[in-house]
Amino acid sequence: MGWVNQDKTAIVGIGATDYYVRGQSQPRTVYEMAAEAILKACADAGISIKQVDGIAYYSGAGMGYTGKFDSATLMEMLGMPHISFTASITSGGGGSVGAVGLATAALMNEDCTYCVTVMALQQLPQARLGTVFGKMAPDPENSFLQPSGLVGPGHLIGVLARRHMHLYGTTRDAFGEVAIATRGHALNRPKAIRRKALTKEDYLASPMLADPLRRLDFCLETDGAVAIVTTTAERARDCRQKPAYVHAVAHGGQREWGRAFTWYGMPDPYFASSGHSFTASRIWRQSGLSAKDMDVALLYDHFTPMVLMQLEDYGFCERGEANDYVLSGKLRFDSATGRGVNGGTPVNTHGGNLSEAYIIGMTHITEAVEQVRGTTVNQVRDCEFALVSGGPAPLPVSSLVLRSA
Amino acid sequence: MSDALRYGPAHLLPGEQIAITTNTATEPFWLAAKEHRLTACQCAQCGHFRMPPTPVCPECSSFEVQWPSLPGTGEIFSFAICNRNPANGEEFTYVPVVVDLDGAPGARLIANVTGCDAEDVHIGMKVTVEWTPINDGWVLPNFRKA
Repeated sequence: MGWVNQDKTAIVGIGATDYYVRGQSQPRTVYEMAAEAILKACADAGISIKQVDGIAYYSGAGMGYTGKFDSATLMEMLGMPHISFTASITSGGGGSVGAVGLATAALMNEDCTYCVTVMALQQLPQARLGTVFGKMAPDPENSFLQPSGLVGPGHLIGVLARRHMHLYGTTRDAFGEVAIATRGHALNRPKAIRRKALTKEDYLASPMLADPLRRLDFCLETDGAVAIVTTTAERARDCRQKPAYVHAVAHGGQREWGRAFTWYGMPDPYFASSGHSFTASRIWRQSGLSAKDMDVALLYDHFTPMVLMQLEDYGFCERGEANDYVLSGKLRFDSATGRGVNGGTPVNTHGGNLSEAYIIGMTHITEAVEQVRGTTVNQVRDCEFALVSGGPAPLPVSSLVLRSA
Repeated sequence: MSDALRYGPAHLLPGEQIAITTNTATEPFWLAAKEHRLTACQCAQCGHFRMPPTPVCPECSSFEVQWPSLPGTGEIFSFAICNRNPANGEEFTYVPVVVDLDGAPGARLIANVTGCDAEDVHIGMKVTVEWTPINDGWVLPNFRKA
């Protein structure tokens, strides 16, 4: 039943730069921002960069969607004496928390002792994430997608959201509530890019970009860098911070989801899902836990409907019932009680990709770490278990449960 | 969808801004399209359809394929409504659709639909293929409300 490596590794350090509106981090360079995040994560852990000997990336070691990290360059820049693990989860943001599993694999294999995971983003005017698919040169595979004019991730997700509305009667009000609840969590976050309260009227006034999705259903486009340090539970005891134990972690997915919204071959009910049911079932099997055991959920929120579909895939509610779940206020954190509203599990207490920053899933990991440490801004009372997700995107997607020490 | 917006006619994106490329696995689909013949990649061993075309049957691992003529009709499985031409950012109403192809169970095409107002497009709507000339002499299958 239990997973052999349960609680044997821990995230011990987190570090981040400031968050910048897309394109505004210049004249900083992307490597300089990555260096700041990595060095801050080491300082947070109470270790020296000279002790870091592993790097576990995701997104094919991507920096955003336009460049690639090179480990030798990072070593040279940071003065790392040697490296004994350097590898990446494939595909894109879906692998974000899977990188913690990759680090765990490396640590348990004794390949390395302190393993960094890093993401850094800098959008240049000629390479916006929002139109990344449309700017790609035609190739034999995307020639079956690009001519339709589905040029941005928001267009692509709109098609999934429409199917969910059709199958289950899901409403735009529920998408709006995701945006509004998430914004509510960002109001007191000092680094959040959007800190002005959002009303339903604001949401409805937001322009329709890919009907059924409005601008406020889309996440931010952010520049910045975030890094974490993962090590063994034994070494974690000597680190500066309370360890955030890796209690369960999985990446992957099943064929019915596959390339997802760059393919659209998914049968029902996978089409109107987040593609997370496979990794969700893996982490629940690994841990013997279920959604109701989670004290907080950090769900990758690039687009509001995908939060609803993840709630269903992870089992916070039944399939097709996320609309009512969300509209009953269950995403919201109540600072008076330090718990959720109406019996719900608070979702994205940091303001998520929608309102705080979009560093391709890394901010969800750092918030989960701070939640189980007990040191975050919107602190869930007695937070023992934090769920974090990566994706939804073409496979792999990924799932992580952190446990407080 | 009580709050549906009014968009007016659904247009096809102009063919002159569309380019494709092909490889060995996909070229027969596009050569058929040039002749206004809608086909889909079918395993010659077990009959399983797969789109986009790929070299191996995911059901039986056969490399043999065939390209049957399909009726050219289908049903909208899902869609989004877009209002800016991606080529220039100008206002332009088009509706990308995912279409279940008649005669090829499991095979879908992603295209634009025309012949009705954008707000009238719905899941389950019947469509027929509409051929759009694109760059380099290729022809793209789009759809029209049946």
